[in-house]
Amino acid sequence: MRDDDDIRRPQARLAPEAITMETFRQGRITPGDITIRRETLVAQAALAEAEGYPQLARNFRRAAELTQVPNDVLIETYDRLRPHRATYYELIALAQEFAARYDAPETGEYIRQAAEAYRAKGLLAVRDGGDD
Amino acid sequence: MDNATRPQSKRWARRAERAVNRDTYVNEAADLGLVVMDSPFDPEPGIRVENGRIVMIDGREEADFDSIDRYIARYALDPAIAEEVMARPSLDLARMLVDISTPRALVMALMQGCTPAKLCSIVSHLNVVEMMMALQKMRARRTPGNQAHVTNWRENPVLMAADAAEAALRGFDELETTCRIARMAPINALALLVGSQTPHGGVLTQCAVEEALNLRLGLKGLTSYAETLSIYGTDEAMRDGDDTPWSKGFLASAYASRGIKIRFTSGTGAETMMGYESGQSMLYLEARCLVLVKGSGAQGVQNGSISCIALPGALPGGVRAVLAENLIAAALGLEVATGNDAMSSHSDMRKAAKLMLQFLPGTDFITSGYSSMPRRDNMFGGGNFDAYDMDDWLIIQRDMKVDAGMEPVTEDAVIATRRRAGKAMQAVFAGLGLPPISDEEIEAAALADDSDDMPERDLVGDLAAADALLEGPLTALDVVRALDEAGFCDIAANVLAMQRVRTSGDYLQPAAVLTRDFAALSAFTDRNDYCGPGTGFRLEGAQWEKIAAIPQARSAAEMVPLSRGRAGVALKAVPRPARSAPDEVVIAVGPAFATLLDRTLCGLSHGETLAALIAGIRSRGLRERIVKMHATADLGQIGFEGAKLSGSGIAIGLQSKGTTVIQRQGLAPLNNLELFSQAPLLSAQAYRQIGANAASHALRQPPSPVPVTVDNMARLRLIVHAVLMHKREIAAITAGRAPEDMEARFDA
Repeated sequence: MRDDDDIRRPQARLAPEAITMETFRQGRITPGDITIRRETLVAQAALAEAEGYPQLARNFRRAAELTQVPNDVLIETYDRLRPHRATYYELIALAQEFAARYDAPETGEYIRQAAEAYRAKGLLAVRDGGDD
Repeated sequence: MDNATRPQSKRWARRAERAVNRDTYVNEAADLGLVVMDSPFDPEPGIRVENGRIVMIDGREEADFDSIDRYIARYALDPAIAEEVMARPSLDLARMLVDISTPRALVMALMQGCTPAKLCSIVSHLNVVEMMMALQKMRARRTPGNQAHVTNWRENPVLMAADAAEAALRGFDELETTCRIARMAPINALALLVGSQTPHGGVLTQCAVEEALNLRLGLKGLTSYAETLSIYGTDEAMRDGDDTPWSKGFLASAYASRGIKIRFTSGTGAETMMGYESGQSMLYLEARCLVLVKGSGAQGVQNGSISCIALPGALPGGVRAVLAENLIAAALGLEVATGNDAMSSHSDMRKAAKLMLQFLPGTDFITSGYSSMPRRDNMFGGGNFDAYDMDDWLIIQRDMKVDAGMEPVTEDAVIATRRRAGKAMQAVFAGLGLPPISDEEIEAAALADDSDDMPERDLVGDLAAADALLEGPLTALDVVRALDEAGFCDIAANVLAMQRVRTSGDYLQPAAVLTRDFAALSAFTDRNDYCGPGTGFRLEGAQWEKIAAIPQARSAAEMVPLSRGRAGVALKAVPRPARSAPDEVVIAVGPAFATLLDRTLCGLSHGETLAALIAGIRSRGLRERIVKMHATADLGQIGFEGAKLSGSGIAIGLQSKGTTVIQRQGLAPLNNLELFSQAPLLSAQAYRQIGANAASHALRQPPSPVPVTVDNMARLRLIVHAVLMHKREIAAITAGRAPEDMEARFDA
């Protein structure tokens, strides 16, 4: 297991207002402190929804979920969603992993929809053994 | 007729050499995808909703949906309103787009129920002026903005930081770089970050490279936004781009999860370029892209054909279609960076005309990358407008009272910020253990035109450092530390604040840019509330004063440099002769002659002018009599009064700015023998001939032509001087004071 592959990855401890040169010079700011928090994105999603941007709100809710996901997994998942990279069952497994492991149900559902679409439109990986 | 016998016009031949005739033009051919709007292969707008589910879009049934249809049916279109909106006539919706009393939010809500074909049908009712009206109302952010490209061919990080600092100083909201060598990306991103935060804080930066690398740069805090998320309007083109709607949508969420702003990239012509347009119009395919962008939840898009601009530009209505795609994006509520980045024409006139479609209404980003350095250093292949066009841009803003996202700056301020950015880079490179930056490089970057002015750098060393930076643990916080320890505390604080803004997510909202105090100006905090005259963004107050204050403009007080305190002649009043002489020609000069003014518009001293007139008169055997007019500055009146005094009946009227008339006694003031109204064109030889001609008139002999150069630009160049000099002449008037005879004493 990689060091950062930990769902307890520390979220920002400091409030944004506390990110100042003073706290920086005191050595109190770590890279973790300058990451956006899950609840912040949930709040931005609510704002977008209220402003009449439901699609943007959905994106922010997925993003809120993805704050729990390590960097490498994000990059790998993007690659799995590109054409002909994954089989149907691999995508379904990925969807379940997101929902269960990262507490990311909306993202999981999004990946499941991709799996269905890729199966219908011929965008899945073709592997030996004909697993689609 | 064959070409050999066909008659050829010399004028046509000259016109054929014009820049606009180096552009390529092609007739529409829908079967080849060469059609910008309304292809016969475009579907009719249509939608069907069954049990809250969209089962037909633009004539295609759910079973036949391609992946884009599938995506937009699920994520973009609102089934609750779609059938009702689609039933409305497109013309009605088009009028709502333009109508100043229909608010933006209402139009935007309706657009969520429109299919791609419907959106095309709506905008097809609008002419370009109506589209501009609509864009002014529908753009997301109230305050228009602009984005700059900052790259250099040598990948010199010092020059890049200097160029970034200058672009920030000039007021660009976002700076975008890329690489000639992909491995250089971390260093370029770092240089852009440090430079961008040098003159003031809040400028967003990005480094356009392959997606995974792009995301890693963002994670390190070296970039704050990305617009590399390209999409296309057909499944085949999407697949060629190695993406699907889902993969791009996931990427959008991934960036947002790290607090990084993104926009998608699309634009007319891309599918045709790739050969996947199936005869459908460029705008229809772009409308599919835009609905897809909306569905993905991206806050915005850059479109306006981008790098394909010359393709719609070759077709009839192409530039209008590009404006239409900007408008559709804005109408959907998306932030839009409106192109104008890639070369769109050889002709400056054609480029500027196209630019006005976005420049005048204002957009979130007028260009998707203004080349802030000379275009030969533009690694995007862009540079439609570059460093050399900046003064044109600034002056057009001042002409039109429009803010198109650039501010006037002084050369001194530019050099100072470029030098400081170089020094900050030197400190950062030293602090992070990157290859050293010399003082010589900093000075070269401060004063450079382009990368040829930079000393050679060890590219191999920089590349190795770039690799180490990417793979190692260093982040933007280490950049903050290096800057702070070297005493660049303000830049350090700005770089840190750029990290802080990520934690709030405010600049992820539509059309967000940051103020110099790091507050997000977005569709929610700087709401475009345009609803007709007196509303929305108005260029007023301090911002207008800033845009009006171009460094080329001078105060009126310092503008009559033609007065140098040396007239070359002194006039002394003498008693009026008892009788006028029949062989005299009067030279009647204006009230400021050789006093408040001393030079004509063409720069001749009053001494030289007067001497030339006298020489001309004497060359015909007559003599001059100099009279100063005190009561009028009007040339007709000066000549008229002079002729009244003249023994020969002939006078030369001479205003101090050099405008001259030959007048005969008995003619009305505005009726004269010869008028030389273009003072800037009169040389000493011309004044000599005027003198000779006046004498010829007195002798009743035919005059000779006065040599006058034709310079159609003279008036343009000197009109303000002419006004100011005439004002001085008027200031010298003493009402009721009689003309005085004068004796001229010429300086050596």
